[in-house]
Amino acid sequence: MEAIGLSFIDWSIILIYFGFVLGIGIYLRKFTTSQEDFFLAGRKNSSWVAGLAFLSANLGALELLGMTGNTFKYGMYVAHFYWIGAIPAMIFLGIYMMPFYYSSKINSIPGYLKLRFDEKTRVINGISFAIMTLLVSGINLYAMALVLHTFLGWNWDVSMWISAITVAVYVGLSGLMSAIFTEIIQFFLIWFGLFLVSILGIIEIGSLQEILVRINEYSPSVSFTTLWSTSSDPTQNGMFIHWAGIVLGLGFVLSFGYWTTDFLVVQRAFSAKDLRAARLTPILASFFKMALPFIVIIAGLIAIALSIDPNSGFKLLQDGGQINYDSALPLLIARYYPSGLIGLGVTALLAGFMAGQAGNISAFNTVWTYDIYRSVINKNATDSNLLWMGRVSTIVGVIISLGTAYWAKSFPSIMDYMQAIFSWVNAPLFATMLLGMFVWWITPNGAFWGLIAGMLSSFGMWLGVKFHWFNESLLTFSSVQSDMAANFWRAWWAWLICFGVTIIISLFTKKRPKEELVGLVKGLTDEKHDAHLPFTQRPEFYGLVSLAVFILLNILFW
Amino acid sequence: MSEYGMKPIWYFVGLILMVMGSIIFLAGVNDFMNPPDIKTILAELHPGIWWGAVMVLFGSVMFLKTRKGSV
Repeated sequence: MEAIGLSFIDWSIILIYFGFVLGIGIYLRKFTTSQEDFFLAGRKNSSWVAGLAFLSANLGALELLGMTGNTFKYGMYVAHFYWIGAIPAMIFLGIYMMPFYYSSKINSIPGYLKLRFDEKTRVINGISFAIMTLLVSGINLYAMALVLHTFLGWNWDVSMWISAITVAVYVGLSGLMSAIFTEIIQFFLIWFGLFLVSILGIIEIGSLQEILVRINEYSPSVSFTTLWSTSSDPTQNGMFIHWAGIVLGLGFVLSFGYWTTDFLVVQRAFSAKDLRAARLTPILASFFKMALPFIVIIAGLIAIALSIDPNSGFKLLQDGGQINYDSALPLLIARYYPSGLIGLGVTALLAGFMAGQAGNISAFNTVWTYDIYRSVINKNATDSNLLWMGRVSTIVGVIISLGTAYWAKSFPSIMDYMQAIFSWVNAPLFATMLLGMFVWWITPNGAFWGLIAGMLSSFGMWLGVKFHWFNESLLTFSSVQSDMAANFWRAWWAWLICFGVTIIISLFTKKRPKEELVGLVKGLTDEKHDAHLPFTQRPEFYGLVSLAVFILLNILFW
Repeated sequence: MSEYGMKPIWYFVGLILMVMGSIIFLAGVNDFMNPPDIKTILAELHPGIWWGAVMVLFGSVMFLKTRKGSV
């Protein structure tokens, strides 16, 4: 493909963005004087600020490109990632789990494991999370360089180093606060920079209905335009998956595992000014999450509709005979955007990559500093020690991410492993958290060995399928396969193994006294949150509204 | 955290949308007056003009509402 040409105006917009985020980092530096400022943004954010940051930390450009490409590959089933794969978990986090997290004044998710179980469970989770975060951060960096190189013709090394240095500077200066500021700016740039693609695509084709009709006419036997109506037979939908796999694997384990336990997103809720704001954080974010398919899914469907029309001149790129699905969104930007808007579209993608990396780095520096450095290396660290370590670990984290990015570059298929990495760490962790928060007699040894068994079994299943030690259908109960279906089912089994092992070992090991678990476990804790407020001002009310919109959307696109 | 005068995030969001929207709007006007040789699909709708204007409008509201505030 010929690289997308950028004019002077487009370059100006990109440079303004870089200048802006660096300027914000410098501006916020003077407000970052303690470790709580650096790691938790002073715990002063409103639910709107924390909510948008909560969503944006997950909204990397890798996701935007990947999900638009996945829609081209799998059809509208990808919307499950935004609806059943997110909304119930976000509401559950806000209503049921956040009070335990926020009220215990922890600084990180491993910090909760220390209070609820013991030091060894905290450290094993801290280490696995730190490794996962740096892997994801490096893959994010690699993906950015790949996109900039493929579509803009930019140099690999220059792209990676400039972005990494920019992130290191602004996160190193003011920690979570500047990460949150840039994440919110990124949220608006993504909407303004990419929603226009959907608008112009619909105008070109005629209507959303016309897009769906064209796709259905092209593929009458396999549905690409429905959510559930073809899910009872995996051969009839583009993702080749049964509804049980969607509900158990994505809707329950992967979704709850990510949204309720991944510190990258939950850290944003910890920055809220009070418990009500923290509980509202994921619930407000859920409304914006539900709206995202109107960018990525619609763009993916537009790309399908255009590519099946021989007169449109639209065709996805091919790499070595394989279709490059991730090229869908950049090609649509190049198709519709004139000078100026191209700069905005590229800036939106850049902002997504950089905010995604900043999110990973700010989560890494917190877990490293609190759960590894202070917990294992320097137990008497002072406030200034921790602030210094936060800045140092930011720089070190960025350098390791660069190394991971170069490593990822030598294994081009590694981006496929992103979902696999989540299923190794987050899926079993969710079983540990669920049992830890809701069952008082779960023991520290049960949690520790359950977590180990869950992580190892998930990794083992992934290895087993990859190296053909056993057939994938053993996990998925289906003769037809897709990578996504395998991810969903593997996550479910890893969760179940962790859940079962934790319970069995807890039955035979020493329990902690109930009085030590007050504030950490449901049933032993005062739970009259926001009881003094009218119902319409409570998080539960907004949760119910969000749930109603979620159900409506699923019925609408059934 | 220091208690004095930190501008809210909405101030910065408004500012960057205003600046970028203005540039996109002016680029759209320039394309309207001096049409480029290679046109994008739907270039006749001049998306740069109206989308730039929407950004400026949205950004201005956020910027003006928060320019005197601090958190």
